[in-house]
Amino acid sequence: MIPPAFDYVRPDTLEEAVRVLAEAGEEAKVLAGGQSLLPLLRLRLAFPELVVDVGRIPGLRGVREDGDTLVIGALTTHHDVVHDPLVRRYAGLLAQATETVADPAVRHRGTLGGSLAHADPAGDLPAVALALDAELVAVGPGGRRSVPAGEFFADYLQTALAPDELLVEVRVPEREGWGFRYEKFHRVSQSWAMVGVAALVRRADGRIAEARIGLTNMGPTPLRATAAEQALAGAADPGAVARAAGSAAEGTRPSRDASASPEYRAHLARVLTERAVLAAAGTG
Amino acid sequence: MTHISVTVDGTVYEDEVEPRLLLVHYLRDRLGLTGTPVGCDTSNCGACTVELDGMSVKSCTVLAVQADGGEVTTVQGLARDGAWTPLQRAFHERHALQCGYCTPGMIMAARDLLRENPHPTSGEVRQALEGNLCRCTGYQNIVRAVLAAAEETTGETAGQDSAAGDGASGRRTASGQEVTA
Repeated sequence: MIPPAFDYVRPDTLEEAVRVLAEAGEEAKVLAGGQSLLPLLRLRLAFPELVVDVGRIPGLRGVREDGDTLVIGALTTHHDVVHDPLVRRYAGLLAQATETVADPAVRHRGTLGGSLAHADPAGDLPAVALALDAELVAVGPGGRRSVPAGEFFADYLQTALAPDELLVEVRVPEREGWGFRYEKFHRVSQSWAMVGVAALVRRADGRIAEARIGLTNMGPTPLRATAAEQALAGAADPGAVARAAGSAAEGTRPSRDASASPEYRAHLARVLTERAVLAAAGTG
Repeated sequence: MTHISVTVDGTVYEDEVEPRLLLVHYLRDRLGLTGTPVGCDTSNCGACTVELDGMSVKSCTVLAVQADGGEVTTVQGLARDGAWTPLQRAFHERHALQCGYCTPGMIMAARDLLRENPHPTSGEVRQALEGNLCRCTGYQNIVRAVLAAAEETTGETAGQDSAAGDGASGRRTASGQEVTA
C-alpha cells in the first residue's frame, strides 16, 4: 500500500517547526517516529498536504531530572524509555507499560510524545500518563504551556494541542515506594489493547493507602477509575481489592467494535483492575 | 522530490525520492535488494525488518527520507565473502524455515536480540520475535535456531558480525553508477 502524495519538510529547530506548522494550519501532520502516522497514511486514512518531520530536532530526546520531576523529551523512543534508569526508578509504571507497546522494532522507532499526541484510545501510554499525573508541555507561536494529562486528551484521536503546537516534553512527578502494574488484554501479542489498566498503589500499615487507576480503551479518551480508586483506599486483603475493582467501569463509555462489546469491555476493566492492583500491591 | 544519501549494506547511495516512498520499496524497487520482502504491509508481520542505524525497524513503516544520512543493513548484507553468519547457518541447519518468507525478518530481529541479550532463554527469544509472524507456524525450529546461534558464539559475533556486508564499498546512484570509491 502506497501512501498518498505529500510534501515533506524536516525542520532543524523547534522554532522553524512551529513556524512551518503555523503556516500550514490544519493541512500538516507532525511525523516523529512514524509508527502511528505511517500506517494511517498507508491505509489512506489520513491525507496531509504536508508532513513535518520533527524527528531530528535537537534537545527533544532523552530523560533528565528537574528537581523532583522527571522530564522526558517527546522524541524519546519507547525503547529508550524502557531502558532508562531514571524512568525505571521514578516512573516504573511507564517503563513496564512501554515494554508492552507493540513489538521491539516498533519500539525502536515509536516515541513517547508521538504516542501521546496521537491519542488513540487503545494506545497504552495515555492511561499511564493519566495515572502518573503527567504534565504535557507544548510549544507554539505563543511560547510554552503545560497541560495536565487529565486535560490533554480531548476526544477520539483529539488532544488539547493546537495545529501549530508541538508536544516537546512529558513531565512526570517522581514517585518512589509506589507499587505499579499495567495489565492489558489483547488478542495477539503485538495488537492493540481491548482494555488496559494502569495501576499505582501506595501502601501503609499493611493496607492500600492510595490507588491511582488509568483505563485504556474504556471510552474515546483515557479515563481514571475514580470510584474504584476511592473504594480501594483502606483495602487490606485480596477480597477487598476484588470488591473495589467491581466499580472499575463506573462512569466509562466503552465502544463496540469487532473485538468486543461495551459489556465485555466493562468486564475486562473489572478483572484487569483487580489483577493490576493486586500485582501493584505486591511490587511496592 | 527529496534528496537522500543512505548507506545500504556498505554501499552509499544518492537518490532523489518522493517523500511518500517507503524504505522497503526503496530497497526493493530502486536498489533491487529484493532479499527484504513485503509481507503484510500493515506493520504487523515483520517480514520487512531491516536494521537502521543499529536497530531493527519494520521497513514498511519507515519513509526512505527518514533514512537519509543513515545506515541500513538488510539480510543481504550479513554474509561476508559468501560465508554466512552463525545465525544464518543455524536457520539453515535447524530447518528454521518452511516457505522462507518470514526468514529475512526473523534473522534481522533475532540479530537484534542477540546483540542486547547474547544468551537468551527460549522465552526471551519468543518475546523478542513477537513482532515477526511465521504463517507456516515454524516457530519451534526458529527458536531452536536462535538458541543454537547464541550457543555457538560469544553473542557479540552471533548478533553483529559482518555488518558491512559482502558488497564492495562505494558510492552509487540508484542506477548503480559508482560516484566515488
